[in-house]
Amino acid sequence: MPTLPIYLDYSATTPIDPRVAEIMIPYLTEKFGNPASRSHAFGWDADQAVERAREEVAGLVNCDPKEIVWTSGATESDNLAIKGAAQFYKGKGKHLITVRTEHKAVLDPMRELERQGFEVTYLDPEPNGLLDLDKFRAAIRADTILASVMHVNNEIGVIQDIETIGEICRGKGVLFHVDAAQSTGKAPIDLARLKVDLMSFSAHKTYGPKGIGALYVRRKPRIRLEAQMHGGGHERGMRSGTLATHQIVGMGAAFRIAAEEMATENERIRCLRDKLWAGVSTLDEVHLNGDMQQRVPHNLNASFNFVEGESLMMAIKDLAVSSGSACTSASLEPSYVLKALGRNDELAHSSIRFSIGRFTTEQDIDFAVQLLHKHVGKLRDLSPLWDMHRAGIDLNSVQWAAH
Amino acid sequence: MSYSDKVLDHYENPRNVGALEANDASVGTGMVGAPACGDVMKLQIKVNDAGIIEEARFKTYGCGSAIASSSLVTEWVKGKTLDQALAIKNTAIAEELALPPVKIHCSILAEDAIKAAVADYRNKHEVVSAGYAACDPAAA
Repeated sequence: MPTLPIYLDYSATTPIDPRVAEIMIPYLTEKFGNPASRSHAFGWDADQAVERAREEVAGLVNCDPKEIVWTSGATESDNLAIKGAAQFYKGKGKHLITVRTEHKAVLDPMRELERQGFEVTYLDPEPNGLLDLDKFRAAIRADTILASVMHVNNEIGVIQDIETIGEICRGKGVLFHVDAAQSTGKAPIDLARLKVDLMSFSAHKTYGPKGIGALYVRRKPRIRLEAQMHGGGHERGMRSGTLATHQIVGMGAAFRIAAEEMATENERIRCLRDKLWAGVSTLDEVHLNGDMQQRVPHNLNASFNFVEGESLMMAIKDLAVSSGSACTSASLEPSYVLKALGRNDELAHSSIRFSIGRFTTEQDIDFAVQLLHKHVGKLRDLSPLWDMHRAGIDLNSVQWAAH
Repeated sequence: MSYSDKVLDHYENPRNVGALEANDASVGTGMVGAPACGDVMKLQIKVNDAGIIEEARFKTYGCGSAIASSSLVTEWVKGKTLDQALAIKNTAIAEELALPPVKIHCSILAEDAIKAAVADYRNKHEVVSAGYAACDPAAA
């Protein structure tokens, strides 16, 4: 019997790997110096630790450590990249391109830029979650300055073809930003080869601490940004604020471990994910959301038709998962990501995201499958929609009293 | 989101789940909500000759609060007259289940379900009783 509840929400956040936590602790106590203190050993030690971490982060994504700017997390990195580049390059044009399935940390800065007079094109993905590259190419205009496309989607785990998108952008002189919060340690990233100008990273999705992230800012060709945080001129003026040495050291260690272990770890996790899908897909009316091939190994997003997602989460409360159901958010709108794929509201309301990670075991997966079989059946017995489906009634033909 | 013990109790042990014969003249059926909104409630009441609701059944597609609200109203309407059932307000349901503000719409839906079930029963009953009245010897 596994320890309950079972954590299957690694795309929301991950625990800090104990090896990482151990490395961080001395920087909270005896090695507490400010890395900006140039006049004594406390500062020198901290600075050395920060620079080692910068190399470790750069090592995972194959870039120059000088191209890494520390931030508080991927949200800040996205804001700095998008608003910083748009404001710096606004003399060249005021048009930006992104995708409807991006994280809010990209969509909300885009909305803010619209308020500042920029124009943004929001592309719809194909039903499998992937971007049609011809549609992307067609959206580029003479005044387009920046495109932002995430590497891996946080809800459905699909991997966009950032290699080709980068080639298209470079060919048209458009800056390319990639939110890679969900992909470090899951999908390989080689910035020496990719034509990516700006890339956002987060530590806490990759077994590092919360509250720390980084932005990759390409040096050749050199990308310029308007700072969003002004102060002591840290991080070459791009992001002021005393560096959080312990967090940075943690992110470095987490990314180093990811680089060392991702090949074997991802194979193990892929086997568990495939076992989970094999187990749940034997239920009637279960629909996979997002492409299965172009997908990170740890994500499974499925809709259990005729069962509402939040009530299913209550039923399977021994599993810590997340849902695209409106009822799990304050907005009362179902997942905008699933809706952008063209999924109808019922399927969006019925979706559950399972994300597997470093500490998931095979017993956890067996338990999850068993629990789902039991409770999906129970909730369908309660569902008037399931009765109607079984009676052969097409729910789309029913005149519902919407409220 | 954390739930009150009463929501959890109704969710885990829902009362009066099931269906009554919708074509029976003594049964009123109300179906409210929409799949697109994430909740659909079907409430059925069986009314005896004295005009008292003697049985109630529900089926609900929706979140835990929606299931609990409909389960609760099946208990509350039993033994009541139609007018007494119609007097059940969503605020009382929300209060009993300690629903948080974002779940108030579940209690509104449950109140709507009662209204819809009563209206369906009354519709049937008026037609049926009118039919009886026409050939009721006592009325002649």
